[in-house]
Amino acid sequence: MENGSVLQEVKLLNDPQLNPRRCSQVITMLLYMLNQGEAFSKIGKLGLLLLWHFVHFVVSIWYFAVGIAYMLESYLVASGAFKEYKTHDIAKLQYLAIVIESGEAYETSKVITLLKWLAAIGVKHICLYDTEGVLKKSKETILENSNATFWEGLDKRSSLLDQKLMTIEFASFSDGKEAVAKAANLLFVNHLKLGGDLMAPIFTERNITDALRAIGCKGPDPDLLLVYGPARCHLGFPAWRMRYTEIVHMGTLKSMKFGSLVKAIHKYTMVHQNYGR
Amino acid sequence: MDGNRRYAKKQNLKEGVGHNVGFSALMSLLQYCYELGVQYVTVYAFSIDNFKRRPEEVESLMDLMQEKIDKLIEEESIVDRYGIRICFIGNLKLLKDSVREAAERAMRATAKNSKSVLSVCIAYTSTDEITHAVQESCREKLDAIEQADSHNQEEGNNLLINLVDIEKKMYMVAAPDPDIIIRTSGETRLSNFLLWQSACSHLYSPSALWPDLGFWHLVWAVLNFQRDHWFFEKIKKQI
Repeated sequence: MENGSVLQEVKLLNDPQLNPRRCSQVITMLLYMLNQGEAFSKIGKLGLLLLWHFVHFVVSIWYFAVGIAYMLESYLVASGAFKEYKTHDIAKLQYLAIVIESGEAYETSKVITLLKWLAAIGVKHICLYDTEGVLKKSKETILENSNATFWEGLDKRSSLLDQKLMTIEFASFSDGKEAVAKAANLLFVNHLKLGGDLMAPIFTERNITDALRAIGCKGPDPDLLLVYGPARCHLGFPAWRMRYTEIVHMGTLKSMKFGSLVKAIHKYTMVHQNYGR
Repeated sequence: MDGNRRYAKKQNLKEGVGHNVGFSALMSLLQYCYELGVQYVTVYAFSIDNFKRRPEEVESLMDLMQEKIDKLIEEESIVDRYGIRICFIGNLKLLKDSVREAAERAMRATAKNSKSVLSVCIAYTSTDEITHAVQESCREKLDAIEQADSHNQEEGNNLLINLVDIEKKMYMVAAPDPDIIIRTSGETRLSNFLLWQSACSHLYSPSALWPDLGFWHLVWAVLNFQRDHWFFEKIKKQI
């Protein structure tokens, strides 16, 4: 007797047209199952599933309440109600990365608004990242409307602090793992050229950094990475650049707020890192 | 597993004692994980950056690790109870001989266990892992070319190293990419831990110090992961 099919039959007991003889057969089978203790495990599983849904419902209520609290806090921060958020050492934030979920990256107007807010706060150098390269495709529109220039990399004479205009770098998933594969090929070819086919190659982290720069991945390691998306996840931002980057989840781009941005940047300027010591 | 020293300071304990308490916290948390049905657990025990600490502290940490590794493979420890295979992940050549030998002993002793896997990252950083993988994939390509030459075969000019070749040489190849990464003590950075493998991972930063991390933190991490599971599956398909 198949337990699943018995339980299917039980559902049909609701049918007013049901044959009484069939009804008593189903009830007999159900009693047999109850006797064997198997129905309880099914009912038990159903009970656990309901409990799981209930727990998640409570968690959703919690996040709804937290969302309202964050919204209020953000309005207060934006209106200057908190003295501690009025000043911060913005020079500490030399390079900021923004990770946007690709679905939301199509909202170019929201991205431009975000960049204008960052300019108002005093952020100079930004890397915009999304997995699928949607932001790369809207590069011209974004640069035009946010009065910024394209990040070309630094030359030896200047530092990040010297730059006057806001610069924006555009990155996508292919600048991460695939870039490392290209860098590996460059290192391999160079090793062969140096007559190294008789020796096993020995590479250092410096070699990888230099190879990545040579193939065009010149962006520095961001100090802070803000994630705009449903979950706290860096979505494949180039691994090589994220060693000590602070990662903060800002919620979805749809719900972005100026006050939350100010708070996140202010909190970053208060962080102290040991770098392993 | 960040926060052992701060915990010792907070509780007015001697500095080294914080790490001992941290180890007990690790054992409890491993038990909860394996009871919950988590098959792969990876812990960041010692970073290459941590070698920059005072020599006495590094020495005492090495001694503690050796003592605990030997204890783990004793009879009726947690390893036996949950059938855990232990892997030590990192540049083990940087460790002193006695610690490296203890690690190799533990890996041999648990090689046949198959119910779950504990990866202990020791003398590890993500950038070192990536560098090592690039180096090894280049060596493998070099060997392949030499073999093709010696058999007078046309290699087909296949001098390209693919992403797949590099990923096969990562230290963490034995475990799938993590679903959840927990960084304690309220720090929001990954500090060179699993940077390559965490593209689709839920990052959780509880403010609790490592020795204070308990069952309910784990439950909260899992509940949050479940809430966003649909999103993580979507991202995995995109990448």
